[in-house]
Amino acid sequence: MSILSLLIPIAIFMGLIGLGAFFWSLRNGQFEDLEGDAERIFCDGDDRPLPARRYNSTKEQQP
Amino acid sequence: MISGLTASERRIALTITIAVLFGGLLMAAAGHGDPMGMQGWVVILFAAPIGFLLMQGLDAPEPPEDRFESYYDDPTRAGILISMVWAVIGMAVGLWVASMLAWPNLRFDAAWSSFGRVRPVHTSGVIFGFGGNALIATSFHVMQRTSRARMPNQVLPWFVLIGFNLFCIVAASGYLMGITQSKEYAEPEWYADIWLVVVWVSYFILYMRTLARRNEPHIYVANWYYLAFILVVAILHIVNNLAVPASLTGAKSYSAFSGVQDAMTQWWYGHNAVAFFLTSGFLGMLYYFLPKRAERPIYSYRLSILSFWGIVFFYMWAGSHHLHYTALPHWVQTLGMTFSVMLLVPSWASAGNALMTLNGAWHKVRDDATLRFMMVAAVFYGLSTFEGSFMAIRPVNGLSHYTDWTVGHVHAGAMGWVALITFGSIYALTPLLWRRESMYSWKAVELHFWLALSGTIIYVFAMWNSGVIQGLMWRTYGESGTLKFSFLESMVAMHPYYVARALGGLLFLIGACVGLWNVVMTIRHMPRFVPQLDYPTSSEASEPALPAAE
Repeated sequence: MSILSLLIPIAIFMGLIGLGAFFWSLRNGQFEDLEGDAERIFCDGDDRPLPARRYNSTKEQQP
Repeated sequence: MISGLTASERRIALTITIAVLFGGLLMAAAGHGDPMGMQGWVVILFAAPIGFLLMQGLDAPEPPEDRFESYYDDPTRAGILISMVWAVIGMAVGLWVASMLAWPNLRFDAAWSSFGRVRPVHTSGVIFGFGGNALIATSFHVMQRTSRARMPNQVLPWFVLIGFNLFCIVAASGYLMGITQSKEYAEPEWYADIWLVVVWVSYFILYMRTLARRNEPHIYVANWYYLAFILVVAILHIVNNLAVPASLTGAKSYSAFSGVQDAMTQWWYGHNAVAFFLTSGFLGMLYYFLPKRAERPIYSYRLSILSFWGIVFFYMWAGSHHLHYTALPHWVQTLGMTFSVMLLVPSWASAGNALMTLNGAWHKVRDDATLRFMMVAAVFYGLSTFEGSFMAIRPVNGLSHYTDWTVGHVHAGAMGWVALITFGSIYALTPLLWRRESMYSWKAVELHFWLALSGTIIYVFAMWNSGVIQGLMWRTYGESGTLKFSFLESMVAMHPYYVARALGGLLFLIGACVGLWNVVMTIRHMPRFVPQLDYPTSSEASEPALPAAE
């Protein structure tokens, strides 16, 4: 089953990408306010984007 | 639509179109005498009208400066329409192949109309044509809305949408010419596969760039589901399509793997395509459009995130359950089986979360067929994920594999879950995108709902019966220890169920036609929705753009 020596590393690699993304989202404060996050999709005002503003969450999170 | 692009964007679009046109010309010239030459002509016929339209619009005035104050919805609108057209085409072809099984005379004895060539037109037509376009269109909508930011660029979304449809058309026309890699859901040959990689990488870049521009710090959970769909499908597609073309001037290629190695790669791809194309992407749709339509936030947002990571970490290992009782090592089969059973947890978490969101809004489900589409989709999602885990258990698979039960299971997922959540989302999205008060006819939505639901139920029950009978007949031994039934006898026993299946498919197709009609009528005949604002607005660009169909 030589194919497994290809597929298992690929699957593990993708799992690691997932894990990396998960850790990023933890550190980035993505899960700080889950209830508010779920509610905020309803605040779309008049269906327009907000004025462009580069959001840099890591800086704001750190006191 | 072209007038919405800036002059430089129009030039870039024209350059890309001319490059594709030359690519087609090259294929037609190099592949002369081979089916690839015909595929070259398909590319030329596809790209030429687009190039012509672009040249016509090349000197149009620049779009208004304040276009950045609104979302870029033109590609979403086009995607919704294209998706509905593919739904009708793909389901009509599906009805034909279903009828062919019940009444073999519908085969018509032409080479192109053989079952093996027409069936992939159905599967690719509905999965990639209908589902894929709907995913692309809704993801454009959801990523902009939840990020509260406009897409970074106006050419890239069009490249993704139109490029993806070029892939679909090259694939579908190729099947009829007999071009296939014989890999389920990955039939297109090497040149189409390379093209899809280009399109898909652009899609990923577009999504990441939009997220990077977000004005809302939190990335809403639907985006994660869409992103997983884009990223994983890219990797699966590349690995499963590793092949060596027999010659650069012909369509034929040979897979890089052989025997059971190839089978394992194929079902590693095949099952994860179901997981990330037909599940993850559509869960993204569910997690945005269901709460929006019900006007209630997701019951447990925490659980929605948890089930996302569950799906991401479990699904990748489940593919080998497609190869029970084969030359595949026993432990790999067991691994696939175990992870398939574990998958029930995140799957039911999503289905339950969706239904709990509606708990307390059942009056809306009763009154609003659009929301009912989404509710029933969540029920079918729960049902078919349970069935999938169950069928992945080795002894159960011994009965179900290679029978119509598998077909029934796939269609419970594809019709009941994927198509219903898509129709629900399209009905929720259409009035919003074209700034209409509502759909043209709520009665037509209601009619579509009942047609789709009864079609699905007839289809799935017919295939359950047929599959179990088939599986039992194949394993019934007589007194002398020989098989009791011939294959032909099992075929005769299938006939009434095949007729019922075709009927279910017909109802579902009629529903899709009603849906397409309703969407077109909404665009053409509904009055424009004028929101009552309590503050002045001066933007020209923020005025709703002209509908695509007018």
